[in-house]
Amino acid sequence: MTQASIRRNGVETRYPPDPLGSPMWTYHAKTVFGEDRVSFDPRVKLSMPDLAENQHCFPVALDAREIGDVRRMVIMADLNPIPLAVDYRPLAGAPYLATRIKLDQRTPVRGAVQRADGSWLVHGGWMDAAGGGCSAPPASRVKGDWAQHLGEMRGAAWPTGPDGTARTRILIRHPMDTGFVPGIPTYNIETLSLTSSTGTVLGEMDIWASVSEDPAFTIMPRAGMGERLAIAARDSNGRDYHASLIVGGGL
Amino acid sequence: MRVSRRTTLAGLVAAPLVAPVMSRAAAPDYTITPTPVADGIWMITGADEGIAFDNGGAIANITVIATPAGTVLVDSGPSLRYGQRLKHVAESLTGRSVVRVYVTHLHPDHGMGIGAFAPEIVAALPGTIAGMSRDGQGFSDQMYRLLGDWMRGTDLALPGKTIGGDEEDFGGRRLRLLALSGHSAADLAVLDEQSGTLIGGDLLFHDRAPATPTADLARWRQSLAALDALGHKGAIPGHGPYDGTGRQAIAQTRAWIDWLDTALTEAVRGGMDMVEAGRMVIPEQLRNMASGRYELQRSVSHFYPMLEAKLLPRVDQS
Repeated sequence: MTQASIRRNGVETRYPPDPLGSPMWTYHAKTVFGEDRVSFDPRVKLSMPDLAENQHCFPVALDAREIGDVRRMVIMADLNPIPLAVDYRPLAGAPYLATRIKLDQRTPVRGAVQRADGSWLVHGGWMDAAGGGCSAPPASRVKGDWAQHLGEMRGAAWPTGPDGTARTRILIRHPMDTGFVPGIPTYNIETLSLTSSTGTVLGEMDIWASVSEDPAFTIMPRAGMGERLAIAARDSNGRDYHASLIVGGGL
Repeated sequence: MRVSRRTTLAGLVAAPLVAPVMSRAAAPDYTITPTPVADGIWMITGADEGIAFDNGGAIANITVIATPAGTVLVDSGPSLRYGQRLKHVAESLTGRSVVRVYVTHLHPDHGMGIGAFAPEIVAALPGTIAGMSRDGQGFSDQMYRLLGDWMRGTDLALPGKTIGGDEEDFGGRRLRLLALSGHSAADLAVLDEQSGTLIGGDLLFHDRAPATPTADLARWRQSLAALDALGHKGAIPGHGPYDGTGRQAIAQTRAWIDWLDTALTEAVRGGMDMVEAGRMVIPEQLRNMASGRYELQRSVSHFYPMLEAKLLPRVDQS
């Protein structure tokens, strides 16, 4: 295999050959990584089940705690019509992100993390999936009750121990419409942020409609026992959602 | 990564696609080997795997019962071709035509072979027929995607006879029909009174982890208790080997779903995400059940979002 090479704004950029052999690797690499340095690295732990039981709700966890100085974490699926799912900046805390995405067909699923020096480390694998994860209506649209529950948020935060982070889980009721279902335009959560009680932004993320209906996120911001965390999210209609939870607050 | 034809195809997407898409060779015929388990009863053992091209979808156990009135089948396999082969094998074995085919529940590995039989001899519970009419086309699409040529000619067929009574007599050989639920909304179990053989459908998994895509675990427990009280001798599970004790498959299925229920609840309470929950340690005493990791990960997908919605507190401020 030869190294893929592209010319952009007159500058030649090289990406390493894709171990997954994805037909979209160079295309997506240009969009996501631009001219940054990129390498494949198994320390970027992208975990997923061995099978996609539900192509509408496929769990993915990206753990870059072995790498340390991580400033961005991206989860993407090359052959999805909306390839990006989440772009997370763990501003204070451990670089860990878990969520659930839609799979529209068999595709590489990747995690990419950017270090403080601007370089990217990438890892992932192929996942087989039945078609239509992005083009079937969400369950709440079929049931018709999505508007009654829109923006309901559930969550909790568990202190994780010596590193001073709290495992924080956030779930939001939202149809996350992809725009590929006839008659239903794109409608999705676009941003989410987590703020400490002193007003420090601990983490923020951009979110695409390839994230599953009723998005769920697990992150590990720096937060101590008893601390109150504020969550703010906004969707593509400009609607704001707010929640707050206390670390170790119990279930 | 395992290299498969799909991988190759996916890699070709960007290149001019000259190879025909359906290049996978026509499947050989199914090998159907009935094993005698009681007087006039044979079991055809399915592969202890998920539905995959390599097994042609033949993963469910099928039962053949010889009666004075003709041959009775419990379940029909995954495809028309399987059903046709099954009919031939069963009729050669007993020397009598198939007069009844029971479909134990809606899942495609049990009921998509019924196209090989006249609809009026195919019987199922009302809830099974309703489930097949609702989900059958979706199941069929999935089966074609996974099995390709094995499925050739298979159309969605529905049982033509709704089970109303609780027994059927075939020239003196009486079969008790138990309308239960839990693995799905309607699960049929059949008890052959003459031999004391229980045919449990997918209420029973033996040395094989239970599958839960349509399960209600509380009802499943009730159904297992009902089966446990039957006083039968041997049991034919829906998946896994014949259970000569008649009790072991019941105990194993119960142990797995009890563990699953507790483990998933604790995982949600402990803050695990779905990927982590699918990787949790399976207890030592359940590791003898085949496909344990596979079924656990499927079960996480089936139950986790529902458990989160039940167990995690509301935190929104409106």
